[in-house]
Amino acid sequence: MRREGSPFSGLGAVTTKELADHLSSARMRVLEWLIVLTAVAALIGTIQQVRDTVSEDPFVFLKLFTEARQPLPSFVSILAFLIPLMAIGLGFDAVNGEHNRRTLSRVLSQPIYRDALLMGKFLAGLITLAISLVVLWLLVIGLGLLLLGVPPSTEEVLRSFAFLVVALAYAGLWLAAAILFSIVFRSPATAALTTLGLWLFLTVLWPALSPGIAYAISPPHPLYQLLNQPDPDTLVWEQGLARLSPSTLFGEVLRAVLNPATRAIGPIFLEQLEGALIGSPLPLAQSLLIAWPQLVSLIAGTIVLFVVGYVVFQRQEVRA
Amino acid sequence: MNAVIEARNLTKRYGDASAVDGISFSVAGGEIFGLLGPNGAGKTTTILMMLGLTDVTDGEVRVLGLDPAREPLKVKGHVGYLPDSVSFYDNMTAAENLAYTARLMGLDRAEREARIKEELERVQLADVANKPVGTFSRGMRQRLGLAEILMKKAEVAILDEPTSGLDPQATEELLGMIRDLKSHNVTVLLSSHLLDRVQKVCDRVALFQAGKIALIGTVSELARQVLGSGFAVEVEAEGAGLAEKLRVIPGVSSVEATGVNRFRMLADRDVRPEAANVVVGAGGKLRQLSVDEPSLDAIYNRFFQKQNGAGEVRDAA
Repeated sequence: MRREGSPFSGLGAVTTKELADHLSSARMRVLEWLIVLTAVAALIGTIQQVRDTVSEDPFVFLKLFTEARQPLPSFVSILAFLIPLMAIGLGFDAVNGEHNRRTLSRVLSQPIYRDALLMGKFLAGLITLAISLVVLWLLVIGLGLLLLGVPPSTEEVLRSFAFLVVALAYAGLWLAAAILFSIVFRSPATAALTTLGLWLFLTVLWPALSPGIAYAISPPHPLYQLLNQPDPDTLVWEQGLARLSPSTLFGEVLRAVLNPATRAIGPIFLEQLEGALIGSPLPLAQSLLIAWPQLVSLIAGTIVLFVVGYVVFQRQEVRA
Repeated sequence: MNAVIEARNLTKRYGDASAVDGISFSVAGGEIFGLLGPNGAGKTTTILMMLGLTDVTDGEVRVLGLDPAREPLKVKGHVGYLPDSVSFYDNMTAAENLAYTARLMGLDRAEREARIKEELERVQLADVANKPVGTFSRGMRQRLGLAEILMKKAEVAILDEPTSGLDPQATEELLGMIRDLKSHNVTVLLSSHLLDRVQKVCDRVALFQAGKIALIGTVSELARQVLGSGFAVEVEAEGAGLAEKLRVIPGVSSVEATGVNRFRMLADRDVRPEAANVVVGAGGKLRQLSVDEPSLDAIYNRFFQKQNGAGEVRDAA
């Protein structure tokens, strides 16, 4: 049975309203300050470090993102941690909030499809995240200019911009996950806890578990054990499993994009490095090529989660 | 008159349980139609199917000649819906809430502002237009919900339990506004479990029980059907042998003396004029003449007592 009328009617109205809600909410304030403060703390330390050690590096600016100074982790690892938190914070009560406020049936009795409501909520979350990330990005560039006194090269700007895009894709994935759980669970607290649990599992536990599982699935050949070398088959499994976690994917893309010297992600054979100038930077296009599958996986994951949420939402009863 | 809402054999099943079980009814244009019955009888499910908000398992429903499952946007563009205990975004003001729904309706800015102002005045909320809805009483929220329907210039208004949880005065106000809708030629379909309150405004009613329509018709039709005679006329008059004379009035089924010179007659229509004639014709003195219109509560209770045998008395309120 075909339904008639556009699924996008009302999309603009929903997006604007949700965006206004996000930008004026207290929750957003808290998340913004959390991110800005941690980021600034990390940056100040990093800038000190960069000044001291790598003044000769042609990609000084990118070091701002990747360099860590004890005890604080690097700027990107902080972001890898905080972006999901922010995305989950924006999405965990997207749909069940409407249910619990009993506004859902009234809104859906207006001439719009559920598509517009869900899409509008996702877009508003994504735009909010994009605004925050752009601001943060400008803050890093600005602080870098002020405190390092070196302007970034075109390639550095492009690479850091690529970082911005990747970070947004990563944020989108967690936003889609949070919205999915907000559809599945009627209680916002359950939805938030489940999404946070999944995030902690995939970010903290999974990287630790995947080698063990890989070992169980494909035990290393005794020959390799004898040589005290890793078995390539086991390694492939290990990496494949680890990449089920979005944070692994995000980390890998960043390694390629923010560090021009990265030639490969994962194990490579010695002969593959023949003729390579180890440590010399790759052009941006080549770095992007390395990270391309990971970036596509992040976006694909976002779409899959959104579609699952969409299907569940379409089948859900409206009545409270 | 052509039917604005028409349901034929409409059925909704959740797994094995039927929420709505093969109901058929039609609502004519400009009519106020009541879906009455206890909670869980299938009223809200029926309403949601009319709006295309839940799938129809079997049968069909047409609203303004459109299929809500196929053309929900057109249906929802012409039908206003006031959900059971309607809610708004508490942090937004009344005007902001209406502005959001107006944008969802696709009204342009000028139209939006004009209509919001006009309708808020009509439901007497103009002075609190810029207060957050969180501070509103239940009655005010219901009125704001009505304003939303008015703003849509809906041809059909579907009101789910519009009076539940309202105090008597707020109920009266709301019922007045519902009558006002009718006078603007809006077809109204309302559901309620509070029978006596909505009886006053409904042209016709359908009594729901366990997913089926048990009875359908005007209140007096139902009364005739269920109570046998729907009208109880109280007569207070002096005179000889009045009881026998009153008994022969056509349509009167029984006359009993309830006191000195007091009689209670049961009839299938309002027999006050005939009763007055009889008393005066017999040379009696007529002191008082009053009629109890049949109450839906009585009809309802009697009907389900008949259905369930004598034992179970349903709580209709």
